[in-house]
Amino acid sequence: MQASTTPSKTDTTPKPVVSRRLDRMFLALSDVASFVGQFFKEVFVPPYEGKEIVRQCYEVGVRSLPLISLTGFITGIVFTNQSRPSLATFGATSWLPSLISIALVRALAPLVTALIASGRVGSNIGAELGSMRVTEQIEAMEVSGTNPFKFLVVTRVIATTFMIPVLAMFFVFLGVLGSYVNVAQNEETSFMSFIETFFSSISFLDINSTVVKALIFGFTIGIVGCYKGYNSSKGTEGVGKAANASVVTSMFLVFIEELLLLQIINAIRAS
Amino acid sequence: MNTKKTVNHPKESVIVIRDLRISFGDLHVLRGVDLDLYQGENLVVLGRSGTGKSVLIKIIAGLLEPDEGTVNVLGEDVSKLKKRELDALRLKLGFSFQNSALYDSMTVRENLEFPLIRNVRNLSRSDIDKAVEQALEDVGLSQTINQMPSQLSGGQRKRIGIARTLILKPEIMLYDEPTAGLDPITSNEINNLINEVQERHNTSSIIITHDLTCAKTVGDRIAMLLDGRFERQGTFEEVFEDSNDERAKQFYEYNFVN
Repeated sequence: MQASTTPSKTDTTPKPVVSRRLDRMFLALSDVASFVGQFFKEVFVPPYEGKEIVRQCYEVGVRSLPLISLTGFITGIVFTNQSRPSLATFGATSWLPSLISIALVRALAPLVTALIASGRVGSNIGAELGSMRVTEQIEAMEVSGTNPFKFLVVTRVIATTFMIPVLAMFFVFLGVLGSYVNVAQNEETSFMSFIETFFSSISFLDINSTVVKALIFGFTIGIVGCYKGYNSSKGTEGVGKAANASVVTSMFLVFIEELLLLQIINAIRAS
Repeated sequence: MNTKKTVNHPKESVIVIRDLRISFGDLHVLRGVDLDLYQGENLVVLGRSGTGKSVLIKIIAGLLEPDEGTVNVLGEDVSKLKKRELDALRLKLGFSFQNSALYDSMTVRENLEFPLIRNVRNLSRSDIDKAVEQALEDVGLSQTINQMPSQLSGGQRKRIGIARTLILKPEIMLYDEPTAGLDPITSNEINNLINEVQERHNTSSIIITHDLTCAKTVGDRIAMLLDGRFERQGTFEEVFEDSNDERAKQFYEYNFVN
């Protein structure tokens, strides 16, 4: 840590509040950019920390399965149930599987999975790394000849980037099951016919775009959680703030990314 | 209270610090520190809280960069080392942190294995087990091998922290407040352990503390940090008992008289 340069003694004019806030914002942005840059610099250089990546994939993926399963299944039931009256007005309840497939694959699966992961995984990463920073565990790693950035940050970001798409696909699977449970109770539709209609409404572009969206959301959740935790200020208050900021910032960024990606995907679909 | 039997060390410096300065904003913490650590000695750095004692050893370990000055460790200028060279040098330094800094998500065994597996190549499972068992035996805590750090007492955590640094057989030990937050009996055990480490492993050590009992028990030499500089250095008696310096007297009285 370097001491900050002291301002010139002759420069006594206080900066306007807006200017100071802008200064802080650009400093924070440059800090984040350098953190992301360091990730890409470290990720391709050995050692690759394979064992730790597998452990983190287990933490992010397997441990999130119960929550994702429950949410996906209930979303399928509720969305089907809520959509039925509108379609029934036009005598179009047979379109339910198509509607559910478009809603689940194109929008709900990556977005809801990312929001759940922001809460469960992002906060966990923020709190864990924040606590390691406060109790000098990160410094201990550094003095014992281990690159803490690689061991703690790179492994976690890789795990979230690759596990969120898997979880999103699992969300789709459970959502389909939930939807079919509701359809089977109300209409005479066989499972095979339901699945056929479900898949006839979506294209490879839909599935690919869902995977790409989930990859980007996963990277965002991982990098935000790691950034907030790794750079948390001293003290237990800093740990709480890191966990909280991880959730809030990653959820905010996920929504912004969803909006931007939607425009790009629609443009590709139209072309 | 035990008084350390002074080791007659040959005057070969393993750490040489010259004109070291560091500030945090407007706060000038170290203002021109000069210090030598000699081979095989225990050097105690004393000073009030916030005087930059921990900052000093973090600079030595390359965890902080000074504003000015040079830190030479085992013949190498720390500020000029590349990342890989600094990592290699750090393996010759054992750093015992104030809060022990044990990895919470790992058992005691995994904590001890961690630096070994990552830094020593071609070790068999039995070599690793042997090294871990030996390190735990050295600190008298063999029975804790499968426990999590959260199941250990403060004194046990300190000992395991020391064991983790010893496993790589360092030449220099840096102890940051080894007795902070411990009861007098446990503190005494830690002091004895520091002396045992010095004798058994022939390490040179810097012990950061504001505990005069610790200083008197483990220190071959005392350096007192006052106003960002080492203004008093010598044996315990020279620094405190034969001193007319009001600040040193005050420090002594608040430790032993009040």
